[in-house]
Formats: sequence, structure tokens, C-alpha cells
Amino acid sequence: MKKILLSIAMATLVAACGSQEVKKDVPVADRTAPTTQPTQPSTTTTTSPATQPAITANPLTDPKNVLSKRSVYFDFDSNAVKDEYRGLIQAHAKYMVDKRDTRIRVEGHCDERGSREYNLALGQRRAEAVKKVMTVLGVQDGRIETVSFGEEKPAATGHDEAAWARNRRGDIKYAGE
Amino acid sequence: MKRLLAAFLLAFAALAAHAQLTIDITTSGGRQIPVAILPFAGEAAQPQPVSPVVGADLARTGLFRLVNAMGVSPVPTEPSEVNFVDWQARSAEALVIGKVEPQRDGRVEVRFRLFDVQKQSQLASFSYVVAPAQLRATAHRIADVIYEALTGEKGVFSTKITYVVKRGTRYELQVADADGANAQTVLAANEPIISPAWSPEGGRIAYVSFDQKKPIVVVQNLAQGATRVVANFWGNNSAPAWSPDGKSLAVTLTRDGISQIYVVAADGGEPRRMTTTPAIDTEASFSPDGKWIAFTSDRGGSPQIYRMPAGGGAAQRLTFEGTYNVRPRFSPDGKSIAFVQRESGRFRIAVLEVDTGQVTVLTDGTLDDSPSYAPNGKMILYEAQVGGRGQLAAVSSDGRVRQRLVSSAGDVRDPAWGPLPTN
Repeated sequence: MKKILLSIAMATLVAACGSQEVKKDVPVADRTAPTTQPTQPSTTTTTSPATQPAITANPLTDPKNVLSKRSVYFDFDSNAVKDEYRGLIQAHAKYMVDKRDTRIRVEGHCDERGSREYNLALGQRRAEAVKKVMTVLGVQDGRIETVSFGEEKPAATGHDEAAWARNRRGDIKYAGE
Repeated sequence: MKRLLAAFLLAFAALAAHAQLTIDITTSGGRQIPVAILPFAGEAAQPQPVSPVVGADLARTGLFRLVNAMGVSPVPTEPSEVNFVDWQARSAEALVIGKVEPQRDGRVEVRFRLFDVQKQSQLASFSYVVAPAQLRATAHRIADVIYEALTGEKGVFSTKITYVVKRGTRYELQVADADGANAQTVLAANEPIISPAWSPEGGRIAYVSFDQKKPIVVVQNLAQGATRVVANFWGNNSAPAWSPDGKSLAVTLTRDGISQIYVVAADGGEPRRMTTTPAIDTEASFSPDGKWIAFTSDRGGSPQIYRMPAGGGAAQRLTFEGTYNVRPRFSPDGKSIAFVQRESGRFRIAVLEVDTGQVTVLTDGTLDDSPSYAPNGKMILYEAQVGGRGQLAAVSSDGRVRQRLVSSAGDVRDPAWGPLPTN
């Protein structure tokens, strides 16, 4: 039962990411700026969940909260975390430091170009890159599992750069979601 | 440049209940041996006529031209009935005749003879007593005999291929005859299946399953359907490659951090680490003599092909052109390695001659992947993307003959060509 719920949650999550991405495209960082100011994550992330008007809203799913943003996008054949996603990762790291019972899985993905197995390895390195930023910020190693789906689970099904850019990503998934 | 359609196969696609793939052949340059394959006496009364399958097998290689036998009456089925002068006039160099005769026990006897038309001599003759359901397999064996007699190389018409079909969110691992007929699903899953690899004796397939929401390596016994998880460690488990003795598998694991190559017994157990680098090491392939493991590594900054002694030891870089050379597979003679090369944004199948380092690009697709040698080394099966879908394709190892195996439905990917039958 839990598994079913989880997969439904994942499906909706993926769908949500996909629909937002169409509009986002390049200025990804700007959309999160009005509510969370990712340029100053240390102050904003502690206050944003507490000062949200809807106290019952889950910060992980509240679309106004940076924590609902789960995907970190990468350049082709690269596992370098771009500056525009550091705020997002820092927000999740802060959340995990505050809530010590949380565990996550970072899932690495690639676009369809190149060999499947090399892409699987590349996706793993992307997941590890996201994890590394979080462990540097104080999240214990054992709370973050990294796996890769390579090119097997594209978020966008097209065969052009717009689709590929959305598929080269690391997705943060909380246990129990 | 000559283009022809394997009409025989299309005709019989309707007859073979499971046929899903039809084959489109393109050849350029090179001499084709003209061969006449005459209808076998009595074959029309059988559920599976033999001679059309033999003809389609030979035509598909691009090495033969089928000589028109129209108007020959009566069709010879015994050596004494053959008018060699007539076949010389039709410029046939080889001639195949045969007959299919029902036996009292319900089986059928298939006899065939292969002649050298110029010398007016018999090159081969065989007889098989088989169940009617085996007629198609028998036709492939006959094609193997003819191919070997006329080219000096082993035929691969009796071999199997495996590949993954994706339909929506459903994945099927299928096994089919080398001509795409008799496709059977050996595994169906709602999560991806990748990297199928035949065991050397052909009885098992190793593959990567995502059923546990992460990649693990599974070996499936084809006769019994029994599966065994051989690698399910922390992180990713992938890229299985059989050792030539079938006793162990090279796999890629991330249990110690980044993707590294390990060797694990084919029935599972504790893996032995083969590479120790801070880079990606993956896509192992054993040389047929068991001495080497070729693999992909980006230790030099970009993914390139390397090889190392199979017992462990220093690796040696083999590719130097370009910034993306991945997915090596040794040829059956161990002298060449097929791999995927990116150049100008296109991914194509290339072959590296190990001793000289010479690289030849064989295909002209945009997203070609997963090269796999036929067990005679003459063809390379691979995945091509056509119209946004994966399709199987094959190219001769000299690049002259190209085949596309056109699937009626789904996304077909990740092919692997099985070994020669052991009988």
C-alpha cells in the first residue's frame, strides 16, 4: 500500500516538475526567489516554513516553498552542480539538519544520448554530486542514498535539447513520500 | 548502391505467428555470389516451406544474389534432373535443390544438395529427420551449411538474439531467432530492463533489472525461467559481462562510491574489485581468450576505451580520437572492439583494430548504441533511433552491408547476439 502511494506521489511529482519546466526553461532560479530568497538560504529557509500562512501545509509539497522544488539540472556529460541550484540543495540540507528523522534518496538521470551504461554511471555521479553538497552542509552520509536511472526515466520524452535539458537531472525524494 | 527488400521474409511474416521484425537490407559495393535456391519437392504441403527461409537467410547477409528460377519446369529435385548448362546460362554459380518427405511416424525428412554450377559438382548434401515444427530451424541449419560451403565462414542463421521492447511503461525482454522470427517474451516488467548479455553456452541471460527501484544484476536460466540475483549491493549494480568460461561476470558497482568494475561468480557471492580509480569505470567486455577486460573509463577526463588484464593490473588506453568513445565489445576473434563513438553530436558504431589502433566508423545514425557481434564476427547488431523510437539494425563488420530490423510496435533496444548453437 505504501509503495502504491509512493509511486502515485512520484508520478504526480514528476508530472508537476514537467509542467513547471515548460514555463521555467532558463530562469529557474528566479521563480523561487520571491518566496525564499535562495541567495540567503541560511536565514530564509528557517523562517519560510514557520511564517507560511497555512501552517498545516507540508513544506515539502507546498508549491510556494523552495522545498517543493526537487530537481537539480546538469549540463551534458557534466556532474557539476550549477550555482543556480545551490540554494535549492541548501534548503533541503537545512530541512534535514532540522528534522533528524528524515531520509532521502537522490536519483540521478541523464538524457538519451550516449550509451545506456555510461549514462547510468553518469547519473550516479550526478546523484553523488548533489549528496556531497548536502553532506558538506551537515547531513549525515547514511541518510542520503544515491541511485541512478541513467537515461531510462526521462522527465521529458522529446528528442531535442529542450527535452534533454530537463532529463539531465538529480531528483530529491523523501522517504515515505 | 543497391537496395533490396527481403520479400521472402515479409511473405512469411504472416505465416510465423510470432514474427514481429521484418528486415530491410542495404548493400554497397562488393561482389555477391549468385545462387539459385529451388523450391523443395513436397515443401508446399508442410506448415513451413523450407526453401524461402533458406533464400531469405542468404539474401539478408548481402553476400548473395538470389537467381531467378522462374520458368524452370520441371523443378529438379534429384541430381540427375539438374541441367547445369541452363543454370550457367542464368549465371548461377551455386544451385540448391531439395525435397521434404513425410515419414510414417509423423516426422518429415528434409534432404538438400548444394552444387557448384561451373564445375557441375556437389559441394554439400545433408538429410534431417525432424518434427514439422522444426522445419524453420532446419531451414536455418541448411542456410548455415550453404553459407559455410560458399564463404568459408560459419553461418549464424541458427543463432538467437535478445533485445528489450518498451511499450508505454511496460518492458519486455525478448528472445528471437536471428531473423527476428519466433520472438518470445522471457521477462516482462513495469520497470526498465537494460544490458542483456548471453552466457557463452547460450542457456542464460544476465541483465539489469530496476524492479527494486534501483539497478540490480540478475541471471535468468532460459530453459527453466529461474532467476538469480547476482549483484544487489548498496547503490547501483549494472553492466554484466560474462567471462568466456561462463563461471563469472564482470559488473559495475557503486558500493564503494563511484562506478567501478568488479568480478562476481555467476551464482552470486562476494565481488572482487578490479579497478580502483576516482573515475567512472564501466561497460566491461571480456576478450574471447579470457585474458583481457575492455571497458569504458573517464579517468583521463573524457570517456574512452581501455583494457586491463582480466586478472587485474594496469590499464592501457586504446582510443585517442574524439572525446566520447564508450561501450566496447570484443569481436569473436579478439582482434577488434566495436564501440560507440560521438563525433559532431552524432553517436555511431565504430570498430577499433586492437593491434594497430585503427578506427573505422561503420554506421551513419544519430543515436546508435549497444553494438553486439554475431558469433562469426561478420555482422554487428546494434540499436538505432529512427523517428524517435529505438529500432534494431545490423551492419557487416566491413561496413558494406546494412540491415534494419523493422518492428511493428514499440521501442526496440539494447540487442545482444547469442552464441553459436552447441549441437
